[in-house]
Amino acid sequence: MTTLQDTKKSPQNGGRKGPAGGLLSRQWLGPVIALVLVIVANGLISPSFFNIKVVDGHLYGSLVDIIHRGASTALVAVGMAIVIGTRGIDLSVGSVIAISGAVMAVLIRDTSLSPFIVILAALGAGLLCGLWNGILVAYLDIQPIIATLILMVAGRGIAQMITDGQIVTFHGAFFEAIGSGYLLGIPWRVIIAAIVIAGLWAIMRKTALGLFVEAVGGNARASRLAGIDARGIKVLAYVISGLCSAVAGIIIAADIRGADANNAGLWLELDAILAVVVGGASLMGGRFYLALTVVGVLIIQALGTGILLSGLPSQYTLIVKAAVVMVVLLVQAPRARQMMGRFWRRRDPQ
Amino acid sequence: MKRLKKLAFAGATMCIGMGLSVAAQAEMIIGFSQIGSESGWRTSETASIKAEAEKRGIDLKFSDAQQKQENQIKAVRSFIAQGVDGILLAPVVETGWDQVLKEAKDAGIPVVLVDRGVAADKSLYLTKVASDFVQEGALAASWLAAKTNGVCDLVELQGTVGSSAANDRKAGFQAIIDNFPNMKILRSQSGDFTRSGGKEVMESFLKAENGGKGICAVYAHNDDMALGAVQAIKEAGLEPGKDLLIVSIDGVPDIFKAMADGETNASIELNPHLGAPAFDAIKASMDGKDVPKWIKANGPLYLPDTAAEEYKKRSGS
Repeated sequence: MTTLQDTKKSPQNGGRKGPAGGLLSRQWLGPVIALVLVIVANGLISPSFFNIKVVDGHLYGSLVDIIHRGASTALVAVGMAIVIGTRGIDLSVGSVIAISGAVMAVLIRDTSLSPFIVILAALGAGLLCGLWNGILVAYLDIQPIIATLILMVAGRGIAQMITDGQIVTFHGAFFEAIGSGYLLGIPWRVIIAAIVIAGLWAIMRKTALGLFVEAVGGNARASRLAGIDARGIKVLAYVISGLCSAVAGIIIAADIRGADANNAGLWLELDAILAVVVGGASLMGGRFYLALTVVGVLIIQALGTGILLSGLPSQYTLIVKAAVVMVVLLVQAPRARQMMGRFWRRRDPQ
Repeated sequence: MKRLKKLAFAGATMCIGMGLSVAAQAEMIIGFSQIGSESGWRTSETASIKAEAEKRGIDLKFSDAQQKQENQIKAVRSFIAQGVDGILLAPVVETGWDQVLKEAKDAGIPVVLVDRGVAADKSLYLTKVASDFVQEGALAASWLAAKTNGVCDLVELQGTVGSSAANDRKAGFQAIIDNFPNMKILRSQSGDFTRSGGKEVMESFLKAENGGKGICAVYAHNDDMALGAVQAIKEAGLEPGKDLLIVSIDGVPDIFKAMADGETNASIELNPHLGAPAFDAIKASMDGKDVPKWIKANGPLYLPDTAAEEYKKRSGS
């Protein structure tokens, strides 16, 4: 129903000339320049920003913090990017984070299962959540924003039910390593996120799957007529998003050694959607960029870290964040670029 | 005659003191409309009020509103219909209580607000029994000033911007340290009352302040943020509780464990034991005495020396 009449969107697809062309076109320019600018601004505000030391055998510094803190958001955002590629949206990611963290924490507290099984159970919870969303969207044809809103609201309740509304804390060397351990000086969570994201990139861009996702997002009906299992692809996208959120949930719970069902992942869906959009994707579906989404996450995270370092009173942080995001988006908007171009052309002759 | 009454009352109170007058007090019926059980703190508040009622031989009619004001209004109306002697109300929101409070007043039933206030005319309820966040902040600052002899550069982890707990805990703290020229808040940011928020903000503070070398203490508006900060400090290679003093507010069970382990230094309890002062207020008004409009029921400051014992007490229940 929602995907029938949008043939006019196809020109946007034409903008990206295959995976290699995507990198060579100027699409990546906006986000990368924005990231560089935010980081340079951080350096100006706080001179110690670029300091990277080795403390207790691992890297330590604000730049490391950005990657470290951004890892979980990047996982969520990459899953979100694929869902948005199918012309969907997944509002439930924050709740899935809470559920997987809750499952993990309660299992560690109440059972003596091996960490491997506990992780599988947490991932399984994410998979089920994704499957639920996918079936609602693909087979029952419910609008994605509504379908995932159900789990966004109910999911937090489920997580609170699992934890009895309390913060469930746990201890264990394995999980503490996931949250804040290091391998060769690099945080484990960054390594985990990098592996998952690289794996997804390979699946999407080295096989035809990414193309299928974009085809379904561009025009679900046409893609079905072309022989693509549009429903299957949609379900798969939501399952991937659910799994990515579950991994993020594991990392977030391991980070604070506890599952905080009320707050874990709260409003993270908004940061994730923002990162996808800053990374140049269209909410109308049909295109998505995993690497640029990660750049989008780093911009948002660098901005947050920079604001904390700057000592700006907390009541202004949201406004500053919003203002910078708006500038980044304006720079990328075709209309704004045209207007700026006209402005410069008019000034040049004089 | 009056004197006789007083004598009788004195006798009665003595009997209560000796635990003999359970039968005499069983007449008192009190309705309690609770918000729900959304947090561990509220669960313990409910348990404490129920236990206090049982101890005093009060027949407590309990109603759980599941976060809905309409349920609370229904509960209060049914308490009025039952002709209870007093009503405890933990209001879920501030507004919309005028009508039902007026009904209670017309029926001559005193209403005691517990742990939160309402935006209604003060004459409509007997009193409010709640913590004073300003005093909590002031107590935290006083402890820190005494501990450091008034010389300390600290960082502050604020609660959610705009919440009354965050505003008042900040103001109360600031008012005290203003008296100490060598105490200064280096940095203050919001950690949204959450563990991960506290951890993230603390990480950035440590980096901004030369790896934490210039920071003498952390003041967190709640325990959860303090627990997050503890991890950030550990991961920066410092010892929380020693290299940096940590003082926080709420008294959740986990903070007692952290204190027992020497990782934080003091916590001020957000008092959940509001039953005793609330029942006292109803009793006093029945005896025709004046009751202040705000009974401040602040919790004590806990220190590591009793923490292990307190943790055992709290995690057991």
